[in-house]
Amino acid sequence: MRPINSKITKIIEETPSIRTFRFDTSLDDAQPGQFVMVWVRGVDEVPMGCSFKNGITVQKVGDATSRLFEMKEGDSVGLRGPFGKGFTLPAKDENILIIAGGVGVAPLGPLADEAISVGAKVTTILGARTASELVFEQRFSEAGDVHLTTDDGSAGTCGFVTTVLADMDVSEYDRICVCGPEIMMFNVLKMLEEKGVHDRAEFSLHRYFKCAIGVCGACCMDHEGLRVCKDGPVLNGSLLLDSEFGNYKRSSSSQRVKV
Amino acid sequence: MVKITGIEFRNPTILASGIMGTTGASLVRMANSGAGAVVTKSIGPEPKAGHPNPSMVKLECGFLNAMGLPNPSYADFDNEIKIAKEGADVPVIASIFGGNAEEFVRVAEGLADSKPDAFELNVSCPHAEGYGATIGTDSCMVESITAAVCDVVDVPVWVKLTPNVTDIKSIGKAAENGGAAAVVAINTLRGMAIDINSGYPILGNRFGGLSGSAVKPVAIKCVYDLYEALEIPVIGVGGVSTWEDAVEMIMAGASAVQIGSAVHEGVEVFADIATGIEQFLQNNGYAGVEDITGLAHEVI
Ligand SMILES: Cc1cc2nc3c(=O)[nH]c(=O)nc-3n(C[C@H](O)[C@H](O)[C@H](O)COP(=O)(O)OP(=O)(O)OC[C@H]3O[C@@H](n4cnc5c(N)ncnc54)[C@H](O)[C@@H]3O)c2cc1C
Ligand SMILES: Cc1cc2nc3c(=O)[nH]c(=O)nc-3n(C[C@H](O)[C@H](O)[C@H](O)COP(=O)(O)O)c2cc1C
Ligand code: FES
Repeated sequence: MRPINSKITKIIEETPSIRTFRFDTSLDDAQPGQFVMVWVRGVDEVPMGCSFKNGITVQKVGDATSRLFEMKEGDSVGLRGPFGKGFTLPAKDENILIIAGGVGVAPLGPLADEAISVGAKVTTILGARTASELVFEQRFSEAGDVHLTTDDGSAGTCGFVTTVLADMDVSEYDRICVCGPEIMMFNVLKMLEEKGVHDRAEFSLHRYFKCAIGVCGACCMDHEGLRVCKDGPVLNGSLLLDSEFGNYKRSSSSQRVKV
Repeated sequence: MVKITGIEFRNPTILASGIMGTTGASLVRMANSGAGAVVTKSIGPEPKAGHPNPSMVKLECGFLNAMGLPNPSYADFDNEIKIAKEGADVPVIASIFGGNAEEFVRVAEGLADSKPDAFELNVSCPHAEGYGATIGTDSCMVESITAAVCDVVDVPVWVKLTPNVTDIKSIGKAAENGGAAAVVAINTLRGMAIDINSGYPILGNRFGGLSGSAVKPVAIKCVYDLYEALEIPVIGVGGVSTWEDAVEMIMAGASAVQIGSAVHEGVEVFADIATGIEQFLQNNGYAGVEDITGLAHEVI
């Protein structure tokens, strides 16, 4: 597909470094966890999880995201998608644990919305470096209980999402859905493995995308050759146990780099 | 079983270069999905990040890409070939590129340790400044580069040709004269797409290469012409996504077919096409692929 010309209708400042952009384009068939390629014309095209059917939530880190942060309502980008495989959809009466760190809230927001709409029960562990960096607190509270954690203790528990997770009885949950920095996700996976429930966990991964449609192989993970753009970005914990996850990834030239 | 340039393949479908070929593990996955052989991403002398995104888009008629030969360089890639050789029970062909004969030789020698079953010289990528088709449109350079690589390796050398030339036969001849064991045709056709909402060319590199169904008739004609002009085998590539496409390519003169863009529909494509060809041969009483290779030349 060609990029859909999408006008920015609303910009919401979530934190000093994270903004949500809403568009006049709604990808109605987007499932929680799927992503779009956002073409910032003249700069780059980068993957972003759909935080709404018509929106993305972006952390400013480099060229493309900085250019996005200069844009105003009325400006436009090109959108291609939705691509990839998302989270397993929640069913009525299921008990779901959401673990979100930093901008990792983006694909999990729609999952929480979907869970309430079908009558599933949601508990969220929401982590950030500091209180002002917490995103979607209200949105997750509307879906169920929220446990906040911050690295500096300025809100909720002082520590990491794993600090809260360590004290939980995870066997209560039908599924555990995780997105955040890879080291955080890796520590969660190890903890869940110790408790024997890693196969109930789903992780939304981050790898370098070029084609984003499962052809070029840039995003492939060892040792199964799974394509994060097409077989993922959401992958079951059991697929990640003996993989490169938490250890290394590939740069834009496909050289191995430590995570 | 098919035998080309002395190498045995369990079936005539081969993973094309640049598709799922940047890691040893992904090459193994493609072999396990049924490919009769796998070709690596084109590897060069230095690490290269490639062009900015968008680097590949699906259009109404086919795919347009300008990856820009991203690769980790031969120094980092020999380990991936070793992984592929250990894990895949099919031949592994190393695709290489360089800006001149010395660079091609350096990359080939650098990868020799990992023991690829053949080398495929990429003198045909249409959108990498100083590489690929810049060389592949010049028959003198194609001949001298082929000869230089043949001199330093002890496995067959295949040369992959660009369709973006007036006369592909003369380039094919140059490869043959240089000592190539086979030619591979075709790489992508130069192309471009523009976003009418903004006027921006869509690809980060502005233009790129067209692949997929749209290029099949071009590929068929190139294979047909090369089959007539050359003594060495022709490996067909371009727009093959079904067993019927593969049989058509073989009848034009191909000894085997490579499959690239069609992996988009699913990695099962190799097994599906290989089974389809086998069934077709059986149903029509042919003993093997050789019986229909170039059939389109004989009937008239
Ligand atoms: C499936 C997926 C979903 C994502 N969802 C979100 C999201 O919802 N919100 C958000 O803020 N970020 C998200 N990201 C990360 C986001 O894509 C990068 O932060 C963004 O590409 C940075 O672009 P840049 O030009 O500003 O930075 P650059 O300066 O170009 O790069 C900074 C870093 O961003 C990453 N990056 C750059 N280009 C790419 C690319 N083509 N593919 C993958 N990573 C890249 C690399 O890790 C790089 O080191 C997601 C990534 C993936 C793979
Ligand atoms: C994303 C992509 C990357 C490619 N990279 C290379 C490459 O590195 N080296 C090469 O010789 N050909 C490369 N090609 C060309 C393919 O190997 C093949 O010749 C072409 O795509 C036509 O076949 P198809 O229609 O089956 O895709 C690439 C093609 C695509 C789509
Ligand atoms: S980015 Fe090309 S296969 Fe995933």
